[in-house]
Amino acid sequence: MNVSRTLALAKRDWKRILREPAFLFMIIVFPIMLTIAFGTSFGAVGGSQASSFNIAVVATSGNSTSSNLFVNDLHATGVVNVRIFPTNQTAQSALSQGQVEAVVLLPSKFDDTVESFEANPNYPERWTNSTVSLYLDKGSVFSAQVIPSIVEQVLGQGVLGIKPATRALPFSISTPTIATVQGPSVFDSFAPGLFAFASIYMIMMVAQSYTAERENGLLRRILVTPATGGDLIMGSVVSYVVIGLIQALLVFLCVYGLGYHPVADLAGLLMGFLIITLFALCNIGFGLITAAISKSAGSATGISFIFLMPQLFLGTFVGSALSSTAQAAGRFVPAYYVTDALTSLFTRGASITSQTVLTDLAVVSVSSGIILLVGVLIFRRSGNL
Amino acid sequence: MQREMTSAAIAIEGLTKDYGDVRAVDDLNLTVSEAEVFGLLGPNGSGKTTTINCITGILKPTRGTIRVGGFDVQSDGQHAREIMGVSPQETAVYSYLTGRENVRLFSALYSVPKASAQARADYVLEKVGLMEDADRRVGKYSGGMKRRVSIAIALVTDPKVVLLDEPTVGMDPQSRRAVWDFILELRDRGKTIVITTHYMEEAEELSDRVGIIDHGRLIALGSPADLKVEKGAKDLEDVFIQLTGRRIRDGA
Repeated sequence: MNVSRTLALAKRDWKRILREPAFLFMIIVFPIMLTIAFGTSFGAVGGSQASSFNIAVVATSGNSTSSNLFVNDLHATGVVNVRIFPTNQTAQSALSQGQVEAVVLLPSKFDDTVESFEANPNYPERWTNSTVSLYLDKGSVFSAQVIPSIVEQVLGQGVLGIKPATRALPFSISTPTIATVQGPSVFDSFAPGLFAFASIYMIMMVAQSYTAERENGLLRRILVTPATGGDLIMGSVVSYVVIGLIQALLVFLCVYGLGYHPVADLAGLLMGFLIITLFALCNIGFGLITAAISKSAGSATGISFIFLMPQLFLGTFVGSALSSTAQAAGRFVPAYYVTDALTSLFTRGASITSQTVLTDLAVVSVSSGIILLVGVLIFRRSGNL
Repeated sequence: MQREMTSAAIAIEGLTKDYGDVRAVDDLNLTVSEAEVFGLLGPNGSGKTTTINCITGILKPTRGTIRVGGFDVQSDGQHAREIMGVSPQETAVYSYLTGRENVRLFSALYSVPKASAQARADYVLEKVGLMEDADRRVGKYSGGMKRRVSIAIALVTDPKVVLLDEPTVGMDPQSRRAVWDFILELRDRGKTIVITTHYMEEAEELSDRVGIIDHGRLIALGSPADLKVEKGAKDLEDVFIQLTGRRIRDGA
């Protein structure tokens, strides 16, 4: 292999990416757009998901001391805008139209229940039990997670003056799942996956690049010069590794600007970037395999999805939202280990010598090396080098 | 490196190339001397481009040997490629690079020293009439201009042996004449040039000798003047038609 030839071929790729709109979009613009879209939708820049909720309250018992106390305490949480509705029907109508995220239906025996508890707080058998009905907006995952706990907290601490987790309540209410209003945003859990997400599209670009050069005779033309197949592949490796690093840097700046602040130290950041760089080799390998089996640049675009989709769905941020089976399947795609390592390093603040990070590094290194080698061999066997 | 000392710039012995059941080149024997312009002529699908591709080493012959500058293109392809400049049948230039960048890229692949690469690129671009447009992207060029870039790429290293596969396709008369002049200048400087073309007047104008190939076999070899006398023809096209017939052929 010859360094000057390798660099000449790498420069050619860089010029292509800067000058061909489709390449520039997929390699640079798309990852940035995606990051900004996710950041503004789920991150701090777009506003916290749990900053405020519109909750409708229907007091079937009428305007009573206990129901007024409940409404005031809901207000006092600072995260709830309370709207009083005269009937359950009008409240349900508002809920169905997305005007409120939840409806709290206070039962007709609400005052009785509160009074019976206050009179005999330690004798549950003397309580007048009742059910507070809570209707949630099924279109809002965050509301469904947060509002039940808020309602329970207000009923317990606000109205009854007790900590609901420490003892039984005279009200039955759906059990809350998450009680955290302030905390990491959804974007914090998505951000590490964006690095792998951006890099994966390299598969398509490498495949299109090689098939187009084969179609228009440029591959042959290069190979009738003293340049070897090794020079050609090394040119791609150098160019796409640098492109991968630039992508990672741009994504990093974007996610940082959008409120995702990695807790990693310098060593952790460098380790993260090393893993992303190694992952670029894997994508070059998949790109070469795609190019070998594609007859044209057009078909390469479609065929690249064979390698692209599993990595996207099983190995990046989408993985956390998948079933346990799909998450287990994710362990067979290199992107999973990239995302896992970056989550450990950037989000959890794991040490670069932690077992998880080192295991991920080893898996990404070995799998990327093997995939690149297989890609070169298949591309060569198909008569392209 | 084992170099056979010979005055033949290209020596082809018993070249046969099969594609499955189809024999594209059949036992071709040919020598092209140093400082000679050799025209390789033939109808579509006759085996011209396959022969050129075997000479470049991009295709492996089924049988036979080819030496370029004394180097066996199969066993010592690297050295053979270092002394060859090739303009393939496809235009094969990077549309997103400028004309100059295309030429500079390929000069880098031939390891032309940076100090001389710029001057050499300017020289060939000037010769093919592209200096004014050298810094425009090739994607904006006409077909004829792209073909001229392709020729400039082939010649940027000042190669000893030049293979030009249909070099003037799509060119206007002025551009074609400029390319012809450049080819003759190269010959006068001792370069060996193999040119394939469907333009008989081009072959007649440029070639010291022509070889007419049909169905993979060499069916005529000599100077255009000798072949015309031999066949009692008024021009080379008449010779060509006499030898290959009037039936229209398809294929590469």
